[in-house]
Amino acid sequence: MGTNTCFHCGLEIKRADEILFGDKHFCCNGCKTVFEIFSSNGLDSYYDLGSPGARPLENQNKYDFLGNEQIVARLLQFNEGSIQIVNLSIPHIHCSSCIWILENLRKLHGGISASQVNFHEKTVRITYNPEVVGLKEIVGLLCAIGYEPYISLENYDKGKTQQDRTLTYKLGVAFFCFGNIMLLSFPEYFEMKEYWLDQYRGFFRMLIFALSLPSFLYSASGYYVAAWKSLQSRMLNIEIPIALGIIIMFVRSVFDMLLDHGPGFFDSMTGLVFFMLLGKMFQTKTYRFLSFERDYKSYFPVAVTRVSNSSEESIPIHEVVTGDRLLIRNQEIIPADGILFSPTAAIDYSFVTGESVPVNKKSGDKIFAGGRLNGSLIEIEALQTVSQSYLTQLWSNAIFEKRAERKIQSITDAVSHYFTPILLLIAVSGFGFWIFVDPNTAFNVFTAVLIVACPCALALTAPFTLGNVLRLYGKSKLYLKNAAVIEQISKIDTIIFDKTGTITSGTKSNIAYEGAYLSERKQVWVKNIVRASNHPLSRLLYEHLPSGPTTAVEQFNEITGLGIEARIEGNNVRIGSAEFIGKASEKLAFQTVVYVAINGIVFGKYRFHNEYREGLSDLFATLGKKYGIKVLSGDNEGEQTLLRNMLPKGTELVFNQKPDQKLEFIKNLQSQGHCVMMIGDGLNDAGALAQSNVGIAISENVNVFSPACDGILDATQFGRLDQFLQLSKKAMWTIKMSFALSLLYNAIGLSFALSGNLLPLVAAIIMPLSTVTIVSFVTLMSNWYARKLKIADEMPKYDKYHGLPQNRKVILDTQIKV
Amino acid sequence: MSVIYLLISISIIVAIGFFAAFVKAVKSGQYDDDYTPSVRMLFDDELKQEPKNTTHKKTKKQI
Repeated sequence: MGTNTCFHCGLEIKRADEILFGDKHFCCNGCKTVFEIFSSNGLDSYYDLGSPGARPLENQNKYDFLGNEQIVARLLQFNEGSIQIVNLSIPHIHCSSCIWILENLRKLHGGISASQVNFHEKTVRITYNPEVVGLKEIVGLLCAIGYEPYISLENYDKGKTQQDRTLTYKLGVAFFCFGNIMLLSFPEYFEMKEYWLDQYRGFFRMLIFALSLPSFLYSASGYYVAAWKSLQSRMLNIEIPIALGIIIMFVRSVFDMLLDHGPGFFDSMTGLVFFMLLGKMFQTKTYRFLSFERDYKSYFPVAVTRVSNSSEESIPIHEVVTGDRLLIRNQEIIPADGILFSPTAAIDYSFVTGESVPVNKKSGDKIFAGGRLNGSLIEIEALQTVSQSYLTQLWSNAIFEKRAERKIQSITDAVSHYFTPILLLIAVSGFGFWIFVDPNTAFNVFTAVLIVACPCALALTAPFTLGNVLRLYGKSKLYLKNAAVIEQISKIDTIIFDKTGTITSGTKSNIAYEGAYLSERKQVWVKNIVRASNHPLSRLLYEHLPSGPTTAVEQFNEITGLGIEARIEGNNVRIGSAEFIGKASEKLAFQTVVYVAINGIVFGKYRFHNEYREGLSDLFATLGKKYGIKVLSGDNEGEQTLLRNMLPKGTELVFNQKPDQKLEFIKNLQSQGHCVMMIGDGLNDAGALAQSNVGIAISENVNVFSPACDGILDATQFGRLDQFLQLSKKAMWTIKMSFALSLLYNAIGLSFALSGNLLPLVAAIIMPLSTVTIVSFVTLMSNWYARKLKIADEMPKYDKYHGLPQNRKVILDTQIKV
Repeated sequence: MSVIYLLISISIIVAIGFFAAFVKAVKSGQYDDDYTPSVRMLFDDELKQEPKNTTHKKTKKQI
């Protein structure tokens, strides 16, 4: 690694903070400590694996609550004598070095006996001996090496969840039956009259029958249940003809076998069940490291420190009651609305509102739950319990209950609404015709129609298309909750954007200077002064100003809530609010500004703007032609004119919206018949995201918190929103084309069935053939459309887990060395 | 002549054996994480390299 980057975390080293240790350079003490820990335990190979490590957090007191046994017991997966197992979620896990170091935790502490990483879920399962080491120590160790676990209220409430593997079992059973029946059916497909085949026919058929039972009774059971449910709710689902087809196929096959008419359709039936379960499996691709159901619980801490009679104790946050004095440390989340007791506090509401610049509060100010404290420890008095707070109240809205059971009619259901009655009509009229010609054939025809028309291909179209598009989206970093969302996306006509954090970038702030000319020398003065300050605005200003020689600052005095006063090179410099530098406060104070005065003369002010995301105007221009666009903001009208210039004419801008007002706004639009997509980011958008037809959360880092939604979009992909929307439309078009194709197959099959000569062999050919063509057709089509829209084609093949190919290579290199 | 009964029965039993193995594998959680083991497999070589390092003694003490 170069000398300008930190040996551990790979970030650029600021010259003033550089630490030399041996021949290695580090950017901060934390990184050096990690290196020391690793090297003194023989884990240097971490650095050979190529990917840089994470900068450790300095705040150790944060996990004091893990000393509380009650809380720990709720977090543990297994707890028996000298063995405790805990499953911790670590969002930083991103490469093979992470796996390596976390699986070698036992080398760092003797009390840990094993640790196992699950890369997809970004979790590590640690087995340890509680008599030697406590969970608090382990978490402290993880923090010290830069892998801070994410422990939230969600873990606390969840308990132990068991993964649902039913579908895998069903698929396994179906495949087992299908494969064996296929093999045993081969003799029947060919010559029937041979002596020894005739001899053993009964035995073969009995075996086939026995093998078909698990598939019929177990694997296909989901379809009977679904069909029965849709009958009860009087909806003609695709499941009805499927279940009917399977049952008729089985019954007729049993009859055929018993009456020695033929071998029956057991092979087709099990094949059909297998293929349909395969489609189901394909559609249920989930991003297990993401959660789409998060509410405030997954964001809020498990415990908080309560102060009473000058003693401190960690209590679970449910137990916070009005009047409790709470101690909040740096980087901790404020769990309940309260009144600030400490003189000042800077609170970062970026997770709630998306606003990146922290808000300053003075003693006696009301503080809302959800903010993250920036700076030294404060004390607050709780005004509300956690669930009654301003922000968390939003979740008591009925929409969060309703959402879980909201049933959307899919395109497949819509088609089967017509398909099912027509199918039954054909079957009955076929039966009606043949009954006068040949009653024996009539029954055959009736069942054959239902068997051959069993909408296998029809039912597979949507799962395979949507499942494939879901993957394509995932490659381009749009992670959807499930495949049904794609269909919803294709239907929307109105897009609503949240302002702060969604169309503006949450991390960057744009700083502009206004006023009298400030020479470069003076700018360096300002930079030198703000360097010593920990105020968030000072940090931003420091990053913004040009670098220059470091000069000694004298008489540095930071007056909290007002500004900084200092002497530099004999000049008195004041930086801060309007009142502080002795200037009348201007009325356009909707913005964040910092004034600069040198020797009593006010020079000018730095104005902090939110930076708009790249390609925003282009995106809005394109989207504006096709969709209704609205911007909803919880902020004041400060940047209205700026926004107006950027957005296409006719865009509706609504300001000063509270979380529940945003929700109502969308409800209102929906009652006017609009299909609404909400794009937001913070907790305050949670209600709107839930209410909208499609709620997409924008996230700078998809591993950290995002509110409950239908999809999470990586912020870097924001400009490609239009392509994503187009692809969903193309996906629906593909499905429609494929429907036409599968209906064609059905028509061919029906002509066989109605003429009364559907041989089991014909059925056994038509079904897999139609399935294979449909599946390959939709996959090719959706891939082709994605390529045309430039989705998922510029990503290297292995980029799924950032930088994996290089790491692999490094490992292979070391292997060669050995 | 009845050898076909025997053979088919054996083949079915073998198939059932494989099926049972599959169920067992699913139950043990083998399919829950299909990525990490592939990386872990490569690490074993990394660890063997370690005894050559100067920090060898320390590692042993810790364990």
